[in-house]
Amino acid sequence: MILNVHNVSKTYQSGNKKLTVLHDISFTIEAGAIVAIVGPSGSGKTTLLGLCAGLDRASAGTIEFNKMRMDDRSEDERAFIRNRYIGFIFQNFQLIPTLTALENVMVPLELQGEKHIRPRAVALLGKVGLADRLHHYPAQLSGGEQQRVSIARAFSTRPKILFADEPTGNLDDETSAKIVSLLFELNREAGTTLIIVTHNSELAESTQRIIRLKGGHIIADEPTSNTPLAV
Amino acid sequence: MSTDQLLPDKKPDIRWLLLMAWRDSRRNRSRLVLFMSSIVLGIAALVAIFSLSDHVRNDINNQAKTLLGSDLVIESNKAADSSVQMMLDTLGNQRSQECRFASMIYFTKNNGTRLVQVLALDGDYPYYGRLETVPVEAGTDFRKGQQALVDQTLMLQFDAKIGDSIRVGELTFIIAGTLTRAPGRSGLSTTIAPPVYIPFRYLQQTGLLQKGSRFNYSYYFRYDDQTAMDKQLAAISPVLESKGLDYETAESRKRDTGRQFEDVSRFLTLIGFIALLLGCIGIASSINIYIREKIPAIAILRCMGASTKQTFLIYLIQITILGFIGAVTGALLGTVAQQVLPFVLKDILPVQISTSVSWPSVAKGIGLGVILSFLFGLLPLLSIRSISPLYTLRVSVEPAPAWRNPWQVLLFAAILFFITLFTRLQVQSWTQAFIFTAGVLAAFLLLTAVAVLLRGMVRRFFPSSLSYLWRQGFANLYRPNNQTILLVVTIGLGTLFIGILYFMQDMLMSRVSMSAGNNQPNMVLFDIQTTQKAAVTKLVEQYHLPLYQDVPIVTMRIEEINGKNAAAAKKDSVSGIPARAFEGELRVTYRDSLTNTEKITAGKLETKPYTPGDNIYISLEERYANHLKVSIGDSILFNVQGALLPTIVGSFRDVDWRRVQTNFRVIFPAGVLEDAPQFYVLVTRVSSNEASASFQQAVVRQFPNVSVIDLGLILKVLDEVLDKIGFVIRFMAGFSIITGLIVLIASVYVSKFQRIQETVLLRTLGASRKQLYMITALEYFFLGTLAAGTGILLSLGCSYILAKYSFDASFSPSLMPILVLFFSISLLTVAIGLFNSRGIVNTPPLEVLRKEV
Repeated sequence: MILNVHNVSKTYQSGNKKLTVLHDISFTIEAGAIVAIVGPSGSGKTTLLGLCAGLDRASAGTIEFNKMRMDDRSEDERAFIRNRYIGFIFQNFQLIPTLTALENVMVPLELQGEKHIRPRAVALLGKVGLADRLHHYPAQLSGGEQQRVSIARAFSTRPKILFADEPTGNLDDETSAKIVSLLFELNREAGTTLIIVTHNSELAESTQRIIRLKGGHIIADEPTSNTPLAV
Repeated sequence: MSTDQLLPDKKPDIRWLLLMAWRDSRRNRSRLVLFMSSIVLGIAALVAIFSLSDHVRNDINNQAKTLLGSDLVIESNKAADSSVQMMLDTLGNQRSQECRFASMIYFTKNNGTRLVQVLALDGDYPYYGRLETVPVEAGTDFRKGQQALVDQTLMLQFDAKIGDSIRVGELTFIIAGTLTRAPGRSGLSTTIAPPVYIPFRYLQQTGLLQKGSRFNYSYYFRYDDQTAMDKQLAAISPVLESKGLDYETAESRKRDTGRQFEDVSRFLTLIGFIALLLGCIGIASSINIYIREKIPAIAILRCMGASTKQTFLIYLIQITILGFIGAVTGALLGTVAQQVLPFVLKDILPVQISTSVSWPSVAKGIGLGVILSFLFGLLPLLSIRSISPLYTLRVSVEPAPAWRNPWQVLLFAAILFFITLFTRLQVQSWTQAFIFTAGVLAAFLLLTAVAVLLRGMVRRFFPSSLSYLWRQGFANLYRPNNQTILLVVTIGLGTLFIGILYFMQDMLMSRVSMSAGNNQPNMVLFDIQTTQKAAVTKLVEQYHLPLYQDVPIVTMRIEEINGKNAAAAKKDSVSGIPARAFEGELRVTYRDSLTNTEKITAGKLETKPYTPGDNIYISLEERYANHLKVSIGDSILFNVQGALLPTIVGSFRDVDWRRVQTNFRVIFPAGVLEDAPQFYVLVTRVSSNEASASFQQAVVRQFPNVSVIDLGLILKVLDEVLDKIGFVIRFMAGFSIITGLIVLIASVYVSKFQRIQETVLLRTLGASRKQLYMITALEYFFLGTLAAGTGILLSLGCSYILAKYSFDASFSPSLMPILVLFFSISLLTVAIGLFNSRGIVNTPPLEVLRKEV
């Protein structure tokens, strides 16, 4: 088991009002699994992803990643965990605009203090089909190309778990299909646990398990036909 | 896995941080350069002043003896009596004497007349340095015959040539040379009283050595051996003191000159410091906006696992390098500017200033720039600590206000402490340093408050009925990313500064000009001897001039106050009577009534003529009485040219010294001084320059000893003096004003990037160029008018306070300059705003939308 979410709630304070966006969420995810979190807008999908990835703290409950409690760690400790074990892919790519494609891929490795990382970053960009775009800035790349850089960056540190927030949300159908296929292919090679938040039912169906959220509650948690083993 | 293994165990990798700082800056360098330029001029101003101070200090040290022209000078306001002369004859290895007095001179070629300072010189003075003249040899040769050296401004003014003649008193002198510089004299002092040197041996024959005139004697000595001088000086000091003689050595002149210049330099440093502070506000504000734009990149880095410290350090490195580059550029510019400063200040400084690079000043300037840009840059940088990685998923809430962040509060305190500390180094006391810091802070807070108020008011009373363009212009004042506070503070401060400078100069000028108004006296004739009085009065009548005043003057000294003489007063620290009260001559008149410039504030003016046996009740000017520490009923014993005269303080008067007429610190009742040696002052009015010139010529021809003060000339001299001082201040203030403009340009430039998206959207939706320009113009017009208006109001307030409490003058500024200042600054703001936004407006929307900004 790589992720254990236990009775997690998240409440925001808005003026005098409290707004609970997640209520008593509990589930576990095995290492190597590919899971989709789906639900309508405002159901709490992105909030849940943020909590699982250590980007935010839960108001109640516990989150264990790789048997490490996430919620009682400082922000810098969580940053360290993210850098070592977690990869991210975002709907709006989130590349650093002042860095080239190559530098964007190198940054997580540089943060780890790794040496001789350039060949690995170049190879990864080659793998995602951007060997000739290494020195382009994000603004000089198309949406699909930016997302490929983002995927290369996510896999650069060989993370144990990868969180993807609407990875095809900003792309057309054709590009989406290519990106999904690339994502799954790299994931298969690396054996990474993959958690995808998506609206895209086709993408969700291609995972092994779907957790459905509505109004901050899990309304369904079921394996898909792709599951190698019932969860 | 244990928790310990999870703690980031590595120290931040400096090389990577530097690399990231470099990478992160590369798409924004033009903007960073602009931010940096905000502090360049402030540093330049300070380095220039630091360098100048450094050079002046060294130059004063190196030229110490030429400041005085001798090793020792003994000064007296009367000719040495035989005992003093005997003592003086024993001093030094070489001796010279000089008699200095104000007198009219008459240019025979063109009948020009002018009040000058005549210096009758005997001996080989100066022993160090020389009287710089054209031709060079005239500086020494003029002593050989009946010749004079005439100040170069006088030569120019009266179109005089070498070989022409001037009349001083009853003697005519050939002009042997033009005097360009004399030891220890600054250009400013020669503007006020242009010097004319004549040989001492002709002094008696000029006929000007008459009783009543004010003469100052200087005895110059050169010593082969410094220790011999110290010994002799120690031996004669008590005698000098008892005889009321002052002395100065090359060393004490060096100290005094150094001290005087330190005051000027500190004042100029504070002006430069304001420029730097203004630039620092620009930096803080620009970095604030820069960091706001960087939030997504910072959040991504945090998401990728960068620690708070790492992200913070990336930007800290950027601003530190930025501050360093700005400071170095400023120091370079300052070093260039200090080549100009000696030229600017040459009229104020009595020494020749060198202009080599002053490395300590450069280092001080760079250090100051780095520290201040670091402190001010750190303010907005602290917000990086609260940027959450969650921002990558959704835009998070605004950071907490500054006052809730203890680090920011601490930083504010550190900045205020640093400003106070730096100011303390420039001023005399902590109180002054606190007042300066409080003043700067108050101006900042007031301008900020006005800006905040404006934003609130516009929002609350939004003029919904106006057209779209006006509404958009108004709305820009409070919408997110508005520049209202920054622009109001920077433009407002610049305006405040210019305003105060202008109003003060205007006030000083108008104060004198008012005295020269219609029907006010504008000419004073003094040193009229008793025997000449009737003839001078007749001459005035011949020229159909009104006689406003005809006042007798008797010179005297104070011998005792309440029974204490100078020696007793010096020993008695309780009475508080200053030792200087017994030194120097007093010019006193006698009358039984008040003039229209004085009023009694205590006691009663003696109107009854004195009869022998009565007490003599005198009237003292109030401030003079305070200085002497006397009250009504106290006794003062006067020495009237040898005769002792006991008096009682009968009344105090408040005197308006600003009028052109005779005013006195001490008034005797009628019947006491009538027989004492005296001279007269006559006050009249001439209606034109021509009338003034012909009357003065007549006076100088018939009464060579009588001096004439023409208010028109005083106004002209004052104008020149103020102009010279004003030029120095304007030169330094120029740094602040240009800094203000750079901050303004930087702010407007930054806001362009903030507004780019919405401008492009408006263009996409069909807004015309004219409409976009109109919106921009309106926004900057509102900001410019508000900032300029507030700055002018504040400067009027400050000028009023300065006029009332420092200059004791009424303050009534004229409307026209206020309007000119107001519209110039407002329109300049609009012009810069429009100029900066032309790039966006002229670019096709798609190009901007695709561009990474």
